[in-house]
Amino acid sequence: MTSPRSLFDKVWEAHAVRELPDGQTQLFIGLHLIHEVTSPQAFAMIEEMGLPVRFPGRTFATVDHIIPTDSQLRPLADSLAEEMMVALETNCRKHGIPLFDTASGHQGIVHVIGPELGLTQPATTVACGDSHTSTHGAFGAIAFGIGTSQVRDVLATQCLAMAKPRLRRIEVTGKLGGGVYAKDVILHVIRQLGVKGGVGHAYEYAGPVIEAMTIEERLTVCNMSIEGGARVGYVSPDETTFDYLKGRTYSPEGAAWTRAVDWWRSMATDPGAPFDDRVEFAGADIPPTVTWGINPGQATGVDEPLPALSSVPDDERPGFTEALTFMGFQAGQPIAGTPIDVAFIGSCTNGRISDLREAARVAKTGQVAPGVRTLVVPGSQEVARQAEAEGLDQVFKAAGFDWREPGCSMCLAMNPDKLVGREMCASSSNRNFKGRQGSPTGRTLLMSPAMVAAAALRGEVTDVREIL
Amino acid sequence: MTEKIIERVAGRACVVRGSDIDTDRIIPARFLRCVTFDGLGEHAFEDDREQAKGDHPLDDERFEGACILIVGENFGCGSSREHAPQSLMRFGYHAFVGASFAEIFAGNCTALGLPCVTLAEADLSALMDSVEMDPEQEVVVDLASRTVRHRGGSLPAGVRDGTRKALLEGSWNATNVLLEAGQEIEARARDLPYTEGFRSQGP
Repeated sequence: MTSPRSLFDKVWEAHAVRELPDGQTQLFIGLHLIHEVTSPQAFAMIEEMGLPVRFPGRTFATVDHIIPTDSQLRPLADSLAEEMMVALETNCRKHGIPLFDTASGHQGIVHVIGPELGLTQPATTVACGDSHTSTHGAFGAIAFGIGTSQVRDVLATQCLAMAKPRLRRIEVTGKLGGGVYAKDVILHVIRQLGVKGGVGHAYEYAGPVIEAMTIEERLTVCNMSIEGGARVGYVSPDETTFDYLKGRTYSPEGAAWTRAVDWWRSMATDPGAPFDDRVEFAGADIPPTVTWGINPGQATGVDEPLPALSSVPDDERPGFTEALTFMGFQAGQPIAGTPIDVAFIGSCTNGRISDLREAARVAKTGQVAPGVRTLVVPGSQEVARQAEAEGLDQVFKAAGFDWREPGCSMCLAMNPDKLVGREMCASSSNRNFKGRQGSPTGRTLLMSPAMVAAAALRGEVTDVREIL
Repeated sequence: MTEKIIERVAGRACVVRGSDIDTDRIIPARFLRCVTFDGLGEHAFEDDREQAKGDHPLDDERFEGACILIVGENFGCGSSREHAPQSLMRFGYHAFVGASFAEIFAGNCTALGLPCVTLAEADLSALMDSVEMDPEQEVVVDLASRTVRHRGGSLPAGVRDGTRKALLEGSWNATNVLLEAGQEIEARARDLPYTEGFRSQGP
């Protein structure tokens, strides 16, 4: 009998081409996703080296970061954005890479469309020039965010040179309370383990709370692994995974489907598999969570105060004070009741149909508070179609929310959706860094989409459990 | 084909204090609207510098011409944008010394031939103080001997063995190294059942 192994070890071994002289592993990459921001320089590099794309059938492209969410008509009003669009189109055409553009009906945020098309599959390796590639781990894929030179490596060789990380199992036991979402689970994990707690690690998320989650909820959890420092985060595949994939555009069919499921099952983490360490959280201890600072680990329960200065270790005080000053908060103050100027629902973290459904459930209980600017941005054209078929767009519009076209939007403000001045934004995205949402002094409070909707209605940070 | 061998980076240094400095701060997203990395150097830390109104280390004339950047913990966290090390490199930094580095940032640096080395907390603190007090001194990031040297002495530096070897041997362009696997890449692909869409029965 072979000894029990984790999915991570099995996938690593199955994709290892060879050990490299520097001690890293040459890993074969099963799926490469590209977008307009981090790929043009990589294509220029392979052309300069005189190299072709080695496996053009294993790379897929879309446009998400720069695309406006009001009018997507070409040419784009921003000439720099238009130039990037044209570069992506030209590179895809030249190298035979499928491009899911707005005309395709499948355009969307790269980490939303990979799963919904069935491109992301269990026990594969995935790479994309975007740090939120960890999202795809929800299927039991080992997915790496990479830089542009590594995009070049994958285009030219379909491989990456990678050092094998340590493996940490994060178990979430019991069950979540009402009004507590996958977003709260991952914000809680990062709050407890810190933004650098996962550096050098891959996270396997497990335990009853994770097992009970839908694929979309697992996508939210895995998405923010990188915010905790872990480049890779995944959930071992199970029936939930297979049910989601069945019948998707790129999923295997017929006899191939049966063989696929057999193989995926054989690659799942075995009971008793070894991990370098384990961390356990009780689902019942996780509150609706809101960030108050300038990194995603600076968070608190919506019904708790900000930390008191006395509770902050000496070496962390400069960062703590810097965050409070930037945000305009006092140590020990409550986060609930903080007035907001903008509410943003969307992003690769929380721009899926289930996120919109939960936000709409809250939205239909009232009207957007006077003076609050709102953006509801579906993660993809498919999400938008589904939401419109369910009438969610009408629910949002009736409550006074702005319903928009798919894209990354105000998560990172590479497009016209930006904060202005010191605006305070309740956001379902993933980063609250200084300047992240487009204004150098703009402020971001990360929370679940339902909590964003609640904040929009009340005009201030609100415990969504009061509304649901 | 090999790249430049990087044994050491020597010159003046600049100190940017603080933990968890993310890549959005190093290069704000609006400057990612480009199809080449040219011109990113002038925008390094742009919003931080703007808000500091000239009181940012990158604008401090005492640090002008520095080629080594000394930083705190978890430097370069956040987005995978290679634009971050590209902008710092184009600003003039060719080596980074810190308490720790975010993983993707450090990997991007290696791919550009820029060493990231770590120091123990007390050593880093002493180095920061020393460079701020005497910015004219020469600092040496020496991969060969795994040290960072300054006026106050020689400090043991941490660097991953593989990264150090790649920089010392000039093999830090991973594409060239990966290509050496030749047809082993296709062979590995054939062994994975999904590359053929699970059409075959497998072994």
